[in-house]
Amino acid sequence: MYEFIQHLINGLAVGTIYALVALGYTMVYGVLKLINFAHGDVMMVGVYVGYAVAFLLGREAMGGLGAALLVFAVSMAACALLGFVIERFAYRPLRDKSRLTALITAIGISFALSYGFQLDFKVTVGGAEVTVLPGAAARRFPELIRPQEWLVLGDNDVIIWNWQVISFGIALALLAGLQVLVYRTRFGKAMRAVSHDHKVAALLGIPVDTVIAVTFMLGSALAAGAGILYAIKDKTIQPLMGVMVGLKAFVAAVIGGIGNLPGAVVGGLLLGLCEEFIVGYTASSWRDAVAFGFLIVVLLFRPEGLFGRVQAEKV
Amino acid sequence: MRVHVVAAVAALSVLGLGCERKPTTAEPVKPPETAGKDKPKPADAKPADSAVILLGEVGSLTGSEAAFGVSTQNGIELALEEANAAGGVKGKKLAVRVYDDQSKPEEAAAATTRLITQDKVVAILGEVASSNSLAMAPIAQEAKVPMVSPSSTNPKVTEVGDYIFRVCFIDPFQGFVMARYAHEELKFKKVAILTDKKSAYSEGLTEVFQRKFAEMGGKIVGVEAYAKGDTDFRAQLTNIKKLKPEGLYVPGYYQDVAIIAEQARELGLKVVMMGGDGWDSEKLFELGGSAVEGSFVSNHYSADDPSPRVQDFIKKYQAKFGAVPDSLAALGYDAANVTIEAMRRAPDLSGPSLRAAIAATRDFPGVAGTITLDEKRNPVKPAVVLTIEGGKFKYKSTIAP
Repeated sequence: MYEFIQHLINGLAVGTIYALVALGYTMVYGVLKLINFAHGDVMMVGVYVGYAVAFLLGREAMGGLGAALLVFAVSMAACALLGFVIERFAYRPLRDKSRLTALITAIGISFALSYGFQLDFKVTVGGAEVTVLPGAAARRFPELIRPQEWLVLGDNDVIIWNWQVISFGIALALLAGLQVLVYRTRFGKAMRAVSHDHKVAALLGIPVDTVIAVTFMLGSALAAGAGILYAIKDKTIQPLMGVMVGLKAFVAAVIGGIGNLPGAVVGGLLLGLCEEFIVGYTASSWRDAVAFGFLIVVLLFRPEGLFGRVQAEKV
Repeated sequence: MRVHVVAAVAALSVLGLGCERKPTTAEPVKPPETAGKDKPKPADAKPADSAVILLGEVGSLTGSEAAFGVSTQNGIELALEEANAAGGVKGKKLAVRVYDDQSKPEEAAAATTRLITQDKVVAILGEVASSNSLAMAPIAQEAKVPMVSPSSTNPKVTEVGDYIFRVCFIDPFQGFVMARYAHEELKFKKVAILTDKKSAYSEGLTEVFQRKFAEMGGKIVGVEAYAKGDTDFRAQLTNIKKLKPEGLYVPGYYQDVAIIAEQARELGLKVVMMGGDGWDSEKLFELGGSAVEGSFVSNHYSADDPSPRVQDFIKKYQAKFGAVPDSLAALGYDAANVTIEAMRRAPDLSGPSLRAAIAATRDFPGVAGTITLDEKRNPVKPAVVLTIEGGKFKYKSTIAP
């Protein structure tokens, strides 16, 4: 029983991160019909920005609420900016070209980010050495939340840590915020209109370019948030960390029905739990095979994904 | 619009091409982007007439085992610098051409082909990871270019052919050392294993440890697997916790091991961890923090070794790179020195004569133990067991074959 609870906690922790990253895929697909393969790497950039902020704040500041909020805010803002730049300079010029062109560009950006970040590049400004690119070696992410046991079940059988609870809360808050933004605001309405048909939306006076740019920024900011949660959870960060998470989140988005917001969340949680229970109750070497096998099965029976057609409204 | 695209592409290509490191004697190039584009200098085209003798090196300078590749390269660089200061070989200076394989076997194979066909190197040094060496060895064997691996411990590496050598002990021995230590010194009865199923190294150690520990009368209560690059090991560790082992054998690489240790503590799994030389990197302490304290590992050499040969090496290495050399650096240094010494003895530097000279290595005073190559081109030498105390490796004991 205790293991089941432990597996459930582990699976939920992974699943919420997949869900947050999957949302970015699904939002961008909604407005652009583009699979933004650089999304996982944007998450990685967000983590490194968070790392830099935490580093500048210093070890003493860690554990404080202000420091944690600052790390999240700066990292999300920086990624929003990065999302904007990528959309503006890499995807927008290609919007009228074939979809394949944009897809290849996305893969190119993904490689440029993940391998670019493996360079060691430092500049000296006024006597101080500033690291511009971090280099390939893994680093330890600072402890944003001082670890404390929150709940212990049985004889140390299951330990739930404070940061697990807080991370889960933050993930839920981000999801709720997005839900309100998309379904309760004017901008959300415009976004949904663009996703329905951006030509008609443009005719009705909706600034399509702006909506697409903001969608990218939102998706990237969510990825940064997810990235920080991921770094809090697994503590080690390195430039290739976004690749597998990005791929899994993409699978989650497709399982849920790409373009569909609740679908991405359900897909993410489902994939996270599924992976965890596969390792927990069958052979541990099956994890990735099952994740991608799951995708094939879902697509065989529901090519549009779990939520693809039930909810016709796309974002 | 067009200008933006051009600017973006230009920015990307700068990023891509910038992946070159610049050590003094080396000129590394990343194979995929530049392959075929850069014209070999005249010196490389006809090495026989040129003033330098070119060695090749394939290493993981980026990717998940980057710390290994960089340490090894430092060791090789130091050895070459010393050899050149001593007048080089046969009146010529030595240089090494390094290609980064990004810790990927397919890149390592491509780099090997390039070193042989394009750069026409006399011998190849590398790789650290057995999976990468196994991708390189058939190519070197086919071309009759001697290859000396500094630290690939999987037995299959040198079994590829008579041109493939190594300067480190092999997995069966390392697995045996830890099994014996766990049984005799730590007195463990129940041990679980967490193995990297994607790595030939990890699988090799697991197989031997499992067999030897059982033969000695211990019990392996469970074997769980992960894949290199995973960052969440909680599911496997939750399963292991249920089995209540006294020890956990994790023959993986430092980056994964650090995360595993951390997550084991998080799940409340109180168990002594054990591992192999894959743990050996300063990064282990940075990433794993206090979670790796009290663990035991088998290794090639210890920086605590008082012998003047080792201390002298440490002093020179520290002066040049500002860090205490790990065993990867020591083995890189040994691999380069074994090759250089054989080059001095060989009548000429053609593949077959150099091969024969390396194979004849006897009682070579390496910093990671005295090297005598057996008929299978593997050295016979003892291993050390280290423990982790206060964020450092401490020498525990030496176990001879």
